[in-house]
Amino acid sequence: MKKEYSREILDQISEKFPEILVKVHGPRRVYIRIPREQLYDLARFLHCELGFRFSIATGIDTRDGIEILYHFSHDKAGTFYSLKTVVPKDDPKIKSLADFLPAANWIEREVHELLGVDFTGHPNLVPLLTAETWPADLHPLRRDYRDEHEKMDEGRSRRGH
Amino acid sequence: MKRIVPIGPYHPLQEEPEFFKLIVEGEKVIDLEINIGYNHRGHEFIAQKLTWDQIPFLVERICGICSDSHPYACVMAIEDAAHIEVPLRAQYIRTIIGELERIHSHYLWLGLAGHFIGYNTVWMWVWRYREPLLDLFELIMGNRNHYAINKAGGARRDILPEDYPKIEKYLDLLEEKNTMFTKAVLDDPVIRARLEGVGILSREDAVAYAVLGPTARGSGYAIDVRKDEPYDAYDKISWDMIVCEEGDVLAKAKVRLLECFESIKIVRQCLKNMPDGPIENRVEEIPAGEGIGRHEAPRGEVFHYVRSDGSNYPIRHKIRAPSFMNIPSNEVAVRGYSIADAALVLAAVDPCYCCTERTVVYEDRKPKYSGADLLRLSWQKTETLRRRYKR
Repeated sequence: MKKEYSREILDQISEKFPEILVKVHGPRRVYIRIPREQLYDLARFLHCELGFRFSIATGIDTRDGIEILYHFSHDKAGTFYSLKTVVPKDDPKIKSLADFLPAANWIEREVHELLGVDFTGHPNLVPLLTAETWPADLHPLRRDYRDEHEKMDEGRSRRGH
Repeated sequence: MKRIVPIGPYHPLQEEPEFFKLIVEGEKVIDLEINIGYNHRGHEFIAQKLTWDQIPFLVERICGICSDSHPYACVMAIEDAAHIEVPLRAQYIRTIIGELERIHSHYLWLGLAGHFIGYNTVWMWVWRYREPLLDLFELIMGNRNHYAINKAGGARRDILPEDYPKIEKYLDLLEEKNTMFTKAVLDDPVIRARLEGVGILSREDAVAYAVLGPTARGSGYAIDVRKDEPYDAYDKISWDMIVCEEGDVLAKAKVRLLECFESIKIVRQCLKNMPDGPIENRVEEIPAGEGIGRHEAPRGEVFHYVRSDGSNYPIRHKIRAPSFMNIPSNEVAVRGYSIADAALVLAAVDPCYCCTERTVVYEDRKPKYSGADLLRLSWQKTETLRRRYKR
């Protein structure tokens, strides 16, 4: 079998979800932009009906808000699909996938503590990696976060070593 | 009556500190709570402050055992973002090191699994033949660990033709010894009785928890990045994916042992077909964009995602090690088995070697099983079985 993304799958997805924006990065890499309200349904469709394997989620603090990527692998065809959505910083909420996908449980907890995104419907949204004493409103991967070391170097360039 | 058996978080046998809270009724484990984050080092945060050239060295230090896997996936992510082609010879070099690393990682697991069930001979033997492999790494790359062979656009070091016979000589020795181990482990009735039917992870659970590597392939879930999305030399040579259906600890051990044969096969073919030529393409700059790199590490798929804004630093670097997906599956795998088996089941996904020596059972706030008792419990079970089988 040729290892490439397939037109049929993309057609199938865009028929069900007409609002998506597809960007093909390479023969095995596809990025799909989708509004946050529909992300849960699309992820469910990919995992439950097309049999994609959930790989991981990534959160990125960008200028437009917090971007969340859910990465799915289509192992049979050797292709990788990343679902992208942006949640605004003043209302960082998105529906959790953990109810049908136990594999998403840990990573949503991680994104929650590191970037301050609320996953609604998550069964156990407590910090995963940070210490118990870590303040709940301090998110290390946010752009405005600065660690103690950087505060001491106030005035020097941010990346100066 | 429910009791709690805490395992962890720190133990010298563990690569990563983890805390397992076993909820037991009598000797039977009825539930498991897992807590991690005792050694969160903030690699993703640090990576944002390093240049593209420095990052492979940083991610190499995530794990001492997979010290080839993380840089491998990382440079593939950078190559994916910048659409960089890798020269053929570099592809073969990377594949060889990746496969040799698989052997040494599987041997580490096998040795420790032997120790856990009270077969210290297996432990000593296996590590005896793992040692020359580390010497081989030192010969090729100057380091027994942290080989620093991967570089965006190629490999940092060449494998010299005069070293080929040394590698081949080791592979011959390894093939003989691996046959011996496979027979010793799979034919021994006591080991069989300890591993068979213990810690079963069904295929449905494997899919739901999205487990990876030998943990998935031991449960009949046939995924392997080397086959699914072949990279470097993996589609230029012939080898087989090992899949077992049973899902118990024995199946996982079987997958790992048989995979070592495949690794030997891959390295031999790579050495035979190794093309001449340059070992790296110079990377001028990383354009704005994003890239994903996937490599099949000994424990499963390592995933790296990078995003560039065209500058010399990434704006995001996401790292996902296979254990992140494999450890939560213990919640279902360990349920219903006895405490004596728990250490083995938790160790079977190869995340960590459950710190039996730090385990304490509390009854009325006083330790019931202290220190090394859990390891002793496991050994006792093997001893009973040994007597039963008159071995």
